[in-house]
Amino acid sequence: MIKTTMSRKLAIGAMAMLMAWTAQAVEYDRIDPAESRIDFGFKQMGVGMDGRFDKFAVTLQFDPAKPEAARAVLELQVDSVDTGSVEGNEEVKGKLWFDAANHPLARFEAKGLKALGDGRFELSGDLTIKGRTKPVLASLSYVPDGARARIEGSFPMKRSDFGVGEGEWADFGLVADEIEIRFKMLALAAGQ
Amino acid sequence: MNTRYTRTAMSLHWLIAIAIFGTFALGTYMADLRISPTMLKLYSWHKWAGVTIFVLVVARLAWRLGHPPPALPAHMPPLERLAAHAGHLALYGLMFVIPVSGWLMSSALGFQTVWFGVLPLPDLVAKDAALGDLLQQVHLVLNYMLLVLVVMHVAAALKHHFINRDDVLLRMLPQVRKTSPGVSATGVSEK
Repeated sequence: MIKTTMSRKLAIGAMAMLMAWTAQAVEYDRIDPAESRIDFGFKQMGVGMDGRFDKFAVTLQFDPAKPEAARAVLELQVDSVDTGSVEGNEEVKGKLWFDAANHPLARFEAKGLKALGDGRFELSGDLTIKGRTKPVLASLSYVPDGARARIEGSFPMKRSDFGVGEGEWADFGLVADEIEIRFKMLALAAGQ
Repeated sequence: MNTRYTRTAMSLHWLIAIAIFGTFALGTYMADLRISPTMLKLYSWHKWAGVTIFVLVVARLAWRLGHPPPALPAHMPPLERLAAHAGHLALYGLMFVIPVSGWLMSSALGFQTVWFGVLPLPDLVAKDAALGDLLQQVHLVLNYMLLVLVVMHVAAALKHHFINRDDVLLRMLPQVRKTSPGVSATGVSEK
């Protein structure tokens, strides 16, 4: 009885080591859209509000052992925005906000990934919204889970940098300039 | 026994009356607006006003506990007394419940209430569109009930003043300096 428990423990230990080893060597090349999400938070007259984007696509090439070689491009459909109310969604698709008719896609292209240790990384890249491009810096965490990995992070941006919310909406006392973007991705390893 | 309301009770009564009138009008007006910066501001102001009214109503009830209102005039028949008490009870109830319904409705619709943009009220219910719509209906119906009761309240006060010629209306109004003590005790029936 004790022996079986021992050997089971050993077997589990060996499996865990094997999995850890495979995880080390793994390269992630796509995400699971159903398990990934992009949210944003902002303040409206002092009230914390949340929203999200439902439709986006990610191309990925990420080996945690070689962060300098990582590639990532994210494209999201701005008309998939959910601000929490139907009227709000219709409004922000309009010309003064995202101008979805002329700029249907927002894009993020990774330019550099730096390992900070302990599963944390600093991601730099170019964010393009409404035809305007600005560099952004995100901190992210990486938690491997076999052939999959949870990659989560956030970065602050200013909507004024991209002309999102112009004209009568340019008043930051109403809708704050600072927007926090939060992303949670479930990355899948190549060949899985 | 005091025959008049205290200055504090009068102040709270009229302050709340003005606040309810304004907040009701604002709520009616803003409900039909399409989304715009003005609309967002008006909604926030309406919510701030609602919370303010709630606080004033609580203060008023607390004050009332320590300072009972003057007794109703002796000439009132039992049924009228009952109607007066029931009406006031309903008014207090609605003044208390309507802000709460607005607060819950905001939470359910996903818009937290932050008093004057500074003091966040907790969301007692989670975001839920169906519940939000229901609470919106509740908020609306309660306000129509309040409107009916306020009309009755004003009509009753005017009836007391012009038909019964008693002091029910005057004792809620600031006293005029030259009024003699005799008039304050017996109302306008002296004329």
